[in-house]
Amino acid sequence: MDRLDRKAQRLVALCILGFLLFNYPILALFNRAGLVLGIPVLYAYIFAAWALLIALMAIVVGRGSG
Amino acid sequence: MLQGWVVVLTSFAYLGLLFAIAYYADQRADQGRSVIASPYIYSLSLAVYATAWTFYGSVGRAAVDGVGFLPIYLGPTLMIALWWIVMRKILRISKLNRITSLADFVASRYGKSALLGGVVTVIAVIGIVPYISLQLKAVSNSFIIVLQYPEIIMPAKVGAVPVFKDTALWVALILALFTILFGTRHLYSAEHHEGMVAAIAFESLMKLLAFLAVGVFVTFGIYNGFGDVFARAASDQKLAAMLTPLEGVAGSYASWVWLTILSMLAIMFLPRQFQVTVIENVDEKHLNKAIWLFPVYMLAINVFVLPIAFGGRLHFPDGSVDADTFVLTLPMVEKQEVLALLVFIGGLSAATGMVIVETIALSTMVCNDLLMPVLLRLRRLRLSERPDLTGLLLGIRRGAIVAILLLGYLYFRLAGEAYALVSIGLISFAAVAQFAPAVLGGIFWKGATRSGALWGLIAGFGVWFYTLLLPALARSDWVPRSLLEHGPFGIELLRPLELFGLTGLDQITHAMLWSMIANVGVYVSVSLVGAQSADEHRQASLFVDVFRREAGGARFWRGTASVPDLYNVLVRFLGVEGAETAFGEYARARGRRWPDDELEADAEFVHYVETRLAGAIGAASARIMVASAVKEEALELDEVREILDEASQVVVYSHRLEQKSHELEAATAELRAANEQLKELDRLKDDFMSTVTHELRTPLTSIRAFSEILLANPDVELEQRRKFLSIITKETERLTRLINQVLDLAKIESGRAEWHVTRVDVRELVTETLAGMSQLFKEKAIEVETRLPERVPPVLADLDRVIQVLLNLLSNAVKFCAPERGRIEVRVSENPGSVRVDVRDNGPGIRPEDQAIIFDKFRQVGDTLTEKPSGSGLGLHISRQIVEHFGGRMWVESRFGEGACFSFTLPVEPGRV
Repeated sequence: MDRLDRKAQRLVALCILGFLLFNYPILALFNRAGLVLGIPVLYAYIFAAWALLIALMAIVVGRGSG
Repeated sequence: MLQGWVVVLTSFAYLGLLFAIAYYADQRADQGRSVIASPYIYSLSLAVYATAWTFYGSVGRAAVDGVGFLPIYLGPTLMIALWWIVMRKILRISKLNRITSLADFVASRYGKSALLGGVVTVIAVIGIVPYISLQLKAVSNSFIIVLQYPEIIMPAKVGAVPVFKDTALWVALILALFTILFGTRHLYSAEHHEGMVAAIAFESLMKLLAFLAVGVFVTFGIYNGFGDVFARAASDQKLAAMLTPLEGVAGSYASWVWLTILSMLAIMFLPRQFQVTVIENVDEKHLNKAIWLFPVYMLAINVFVLPIAFGGRLHFPDGSVDADTFVLTLPMVEKQEVLALLVFIGGLSAATGMVIVETIALSTMVCNDLLMPVLLRLRRLRLSERPDLTGLLLGIRRGAIVAILLLGYLYFRLAGEAYALVSIGLISFAAVAQFAPAVLGGIFWKGATRSGALWGLIAGFGVWFYTLLLPALARSDWVPRSLLEHGPFGIELLRPLELFGLTGLDQITHAMLWSMIANVGVYVSVSLVGAQSADEHRQASLFVDVFRREAGGARFWRGTASVPDLYNVLVRFLGVEGAETAFGEYARARGRRWPDDELEADAEFVHYVETRLAGAIGAASARIMVASAVKEEALELDEVREILDEASQVVVYSHRLEQKSHELEAATAELRAANEQLKELDRLKDDFMSTVTHELRTPLTSIRAFSEILLANPDVELEQRRKFLSIITKETERLTRLINQVLDLAKIESGRAEWHVTRVDVRELVTETLAGMSQLFKEKAIEVETRLPERVPPVLADLDRVIQVLLNLLSNAVKFCAPERGRIEVRVSENPGSVRVDVRDNGPGIRPEDQAIIFDKFRQVGDTLTEKPSGSGLGLHISRQIVEHFGGRMWVESRFGEGACFSFTLPVEPGRV
């Protein structure tokens, strides 16, 4: 049970992290002109952060079920 | 190859393929070899979230404001992280109660209230109809555009068509037929629609494939990769602003947040999402993979949205082409006919997937939660007396499917043209978000009441209707536009788009803000003011505590029933076959056989029948049916409370008992250990006492014997007398030494010894001690060899104590040295961090088995029977205690017959290494 609880706690923490990453003010930091590897900064940031979040979720979930 | 008949034929071939997949999956399910029992199929079926709105509309929105479409997919990614807590609970509750739909869930939670189920159904239907019409619009528009090939002409310019030539109507009718074939094969709606789920999963793959294909084509075919598209956009004056689209905290950030929250709620409360996530779930464990697989799907389908949007804007700079159609028109203008056809099929699969699942979910609600409770209550129809109602149920569901799709078409004709795809979808999102307080509150807050949920829903829905749907109708001129500009009856404060004068927010944010305030506010306050009925209290407790007590519904029923009555009720709604299966399963679970063994119509059985029935017609209707078939006594609220309290008290009590017994066990173990230790100490003390007294008695005996001889024989010769007296003196000295050592040991062991720690130079100490003993060595003719370094670092120790140790080792060496040619070697050396002293003799040596015990108390090596012990047996023990007290070590190395070497170390004073 303890293990399940930890998994739930970690997932909640990731949800909060995502909420912070995809909101004012952090989002505003990347809302500026310029390109990263040819991709506008804001777009690059959002997709990178999104992918990171999913990867973390996969790790957390994978651990708990193993 | 984009002639009309090719497109139509391809579409039907695609639908045929879907049906074949569904048929195959259903066949497999009947054989018990399910194809959908996989987390991957489950995750793909969740992707029914991505509709034609995603397929065409995301690009449309991206072409206007850049990243504005993303919150709709970021929200679900965040929400799904919470599913481990929220969705697992909903899944468990739904499995136990055989929930058939979202409306059923809400009704069941609030005391199996038919009224509440009906209200949820009405809200869902009104809220979702625009969304369905959106799918019809997308399919018919894409069809019209493809038909214009090679021209690119927008549907609006094609001109109005009469109803019977309208593609959208035909699309609606074909989809209705298709959904009926899919969704109403089985009557039992809590059972999985395996064929449908398999088909939906396939459609999810199809739309992803088509979208990725067009994305790759635009990005790498028309342009030279992502960098190229964005570089061109950045150099275009009109498009450059879209690269940094967010501005102002109140404006676009606020709508960004609300869009995120809105889609977080939509992923849970859209009827089709509830259908695939909860009702069609075959295994709770599938959540594990879905939690990251589904977000991966959403990420993948969004990667190419921005390149396509910019590509479209760059390609059609004059704005003549609707951005919602870029996905289709870009391949067309590049003369990629096959790709265009693939895109059309992709859009079709996105739309059909949504429509099929949504209408199945809604038709189940309409049948189970809206029509059946009403029909069953109408005495005139005498429905509850008809022997078989399965046909009626199927008829209602099929009728509901057709009616819902026609409603969708109607909305499309009335209001559809005024809006872009995204706006229509968001109106539906906001409608289903109204379910959030009732459902989420319902599974975590026991105090929430039926009235609270009912009025909260009505308030939230009312605000939604006023601030979102009414303006939509006004824009299509079905309601006077003056309502928007001047408010009802000219009251400006009540303008639907700027309610109470709140300005500066976009329409969705504005509507979400007010509707959520109304909904949550009313839900909470009415719940707090009012009271629960017995039924509500029971259901609230069963839902909120679902993980703590499983399947406890039977405890709450009291009355009399008969097996045939129960059987007849089931037959009416499940048919003979269904009823036989249900009874068979019940009997098997209890080790009986149906119909050979007699079953008892007790509370448990009645509860089982009601739950089975709920799986077909919903909780509220099942309640009505069971109540009419058996005689039952209503439980008062107090009684329900009592049962609940009893149960929870028993749980708490047994929990406490368990805890107590654990504590007791621990305490007992500790006591036993302490007792063992005491016994051991006691034994050691006894040993010590007997050894000490034995050691004392030996010299005492000889002193007494010689004294008695002297006393009894006064005429002993002087020489003899002197000899005797010298023995007596020696023995007395030995006695004194022994007593001193015992006292010394007692002091050291009890920690009361005094230590005068000073800086000691071991080299000097060894030299002086040897000098003091030189007389003894000479007497015994022992040769002493020393090996001392020039200087050694000082150690911190008690000088006298170290001398005591050294003396002890040296006198032992003298004692055991080989007689006549005795030889002692003393050596001082420096080890890293310590000074080491070795004392080596050339005596008989020590046997290996004795080496381990030689430092113990009262251990003397050698055969004590034949040799007279020549020491107290405490010297080495005390020496080792002293050395260890100063942080050093003492040990012996010896080979039997070749002498022994006793060594000890003392740590160097810190900082002097």
